[in-house]
Amino acid sequence: MSDTKRSHLLHLGVIAVLFALFFVLPAYHVGNLSRIMVLAVYAMGFNLLFGYTGLLSLGHALFFATGMYGLGMAMNSFGIAAEPALLIGLICAVVMAAVVGFLALRTSGVAFMIVTLMFAQAGYLTILYFGAYTRGDEGFVIPQPDRMIAGIDITGETARYFAALILFAVVFLLIAHVVRSPFGRTLVAIRENEERTRMLGYDTDRHKLKAVILSGTISGLAGAAYALLFGYAGATFATVQYSIFPLLWVLLGGAGTTLGPIIGVAFMFYLIDLSSSVTQAYMLIAGVVLVLLTLFAPQGLAGELRRRVMRWLP
Amino acid sequence: MDFGPHLMLASLEGAVTAAILALTAMGLSIVFGVMRVVNVAHGEFYMLGAVLAWVVASMVGASPALGFVAALVVAPLIVGCIAVVADRVILQRVEYDPDRTIVATIGLLYIIQQTTLMTFGPDARPVEPPFNDRLALPWFELGESGFEMFWPWGLSITSYKLFVIFAAMAILTALWLLMTRSKAGLIMRATQQDSETAQAFGIPVGRVYSYVFGLGAGLAAVGAVLVVPIQQAHYLMGHDPLLLSFIVVIIGGLGSLPGTVIAAFLIGMSDGIISVFFTPTLAKIFATLVVALVLVFRPQGLLGRVER
Repeated sequence: MSDTKRSHLLHLGVIAVLFALFFVLPAYHVGNLSRIMVLAVYAMGFNLLFGYTGLLSLGHALFFATGMYGLGMAMNSFGIAAEPALLIGLICAVVMAAVVGFLALRTSGVAFMIVTLMFAQAGYLTILYFGAYTRGDEGFVIPQPDRMIAGIDITGETARYFAALILFAVVFLLIAHVVRSPFGRTLVAIRENEERTRMLGYDTDRHKLKAVILSGTISGLAGAAYALLFGYAGATFATVQYSIFPLLWVLLGGAGTTLGPIIGVAFMFYLIDLSSSVTQAYMLIAGVVLVLLTLFAPQGLAGELRRRVMRWLP
Repeated sequence: MDFGPHLMLASLEGAVTAAILALTAMGLSIVFGVMRVVNVAHGEFYMLGAVLAWVVASMVGASPALGFVAALVVAPLIVGCIAVVADRVILQRVEYDPDRTIVATIGLLYIIQQTTLMTFGPDARPVEPPFNDRLALPWFELGESGFEMFWPWGLSITSYKLFVIFAAMAILTALWLLMTRSKAGLIMRATQQDSETAQAFGIPVGRVYSYVFGLGAGLAAVGAVLVVPIQQAHYLMGHDPLLLSFIVVIIGGLGSLPGTVIAAFLIGMSDGIISVFFTPTLAKIFATLVVALVLVFRPQGLLGRVER
């Protein structure tokens, strides 16, 4: 079996397993899993930039929050229906990613990290500053009757799970396709050696900008979907912590692998879930796990899998 | 109060912020300069310094002054030792790989922070300043009867805050002497310039890294011990210093120690002045955007050199 075929089977298999899990798992875990899938979309957006292009942004919460507030404000303040609001959220994220990408890509390395961090911080503070409209830290709830897509009420557990699954599947297959395409290959080449890629005649700046925009858009989509599915938008999602989370998820799962994000999110989610029932200081366990992972599995879970067992893993 | 005295008060408050910031950021800058790693747990070393200062001061208990002096000596030493151990156990084993170091220090951040939460608890606790007299400050103005001096109501500073400013200046001077005039400084600078060649000349690079990491953490702790009498010790207090130190180090130019001091001064002062005259949130939005744009158009920072 060729590697391409294998990876197609793998991706479809993951989606099939997630589909089947709905019928197997108890309600509590089904609820968790829909959240995990939406957050995995966020992680996949981040992974495209960090894992494949080698650009470490510490400000992805800005894109997540842009999508979230783009949709949330459109629905709450202007009474727009869910579908166009989703589109508005997406457009906002594209524009934001283009602006941030255009400015931040003039720097590289540590400066790129800090510039994205600063932009995200400015975005967070802006949300607080316009607290009269955004409700600041407190956030706002999107009323349940408005949350309908194509006439289907997505607030129920079943509809929400499948909405999340469809979103996840689309982005998952899209990423799997992108990273195998010439565009994705060029991104990996930039990650490995930007100078040499430029020498080979690729316009690396344009590729990087495209990567930022695509990554930011996917993250924004995740934010908009999160607000729509769980009915809440708040400034917490724009904080530094939400920029660090995707980094942790992706590193845990394995940067530069298509499977990494969902593995990382699920792992971290249940790690925090389990440890918070044991101790109040549950982040302590997360910290210990992070240190252990960097020491013993530096390429993340999927990265280790690729290194040891399945060398063809995309 | 008029504009003039108001401005002077704001700049004095700014100078205190700048002094603490310079110490904390210097720790981060030295670690980055010599070891080329980004220490995300730096803010937690700062927090640990403040918390340990409270522990030491309440253990000594006799008089605030004695407790404070004991804290100023003991807390940075303990924090430095913890950092050395962390370097040996974790960072050395990931071979200072940039990405892995960031993740490992994020892990370290949570470990230190949450352990403090479990032992020290979620309350903010004060340390009593060794001395705290209120010093009224004069203001000069060209009045009707010529140049006159008067004492505007509210224009004052505590003796402790003045002490913080001078203590920070003294420590920074000592650090500068250490880096430029001593053998230890020479070894550090050699390691910074080219660790492989330094190793070839018989410098124990691994040990130098450990001590530098400890020194950086110790500096953050000194800054924190100085700040606890003004601001209480709390297990989440490490966030803001971390972010600000990062900004300072980057703006000053990575690895440039004079740049760090200048940037700390600029940012501390403007923070003090801006937040007196404008709403804090608007001021912060403005400040973060300025920092971002400075970096966009001058990525090497103010005093940094372009690496080609």
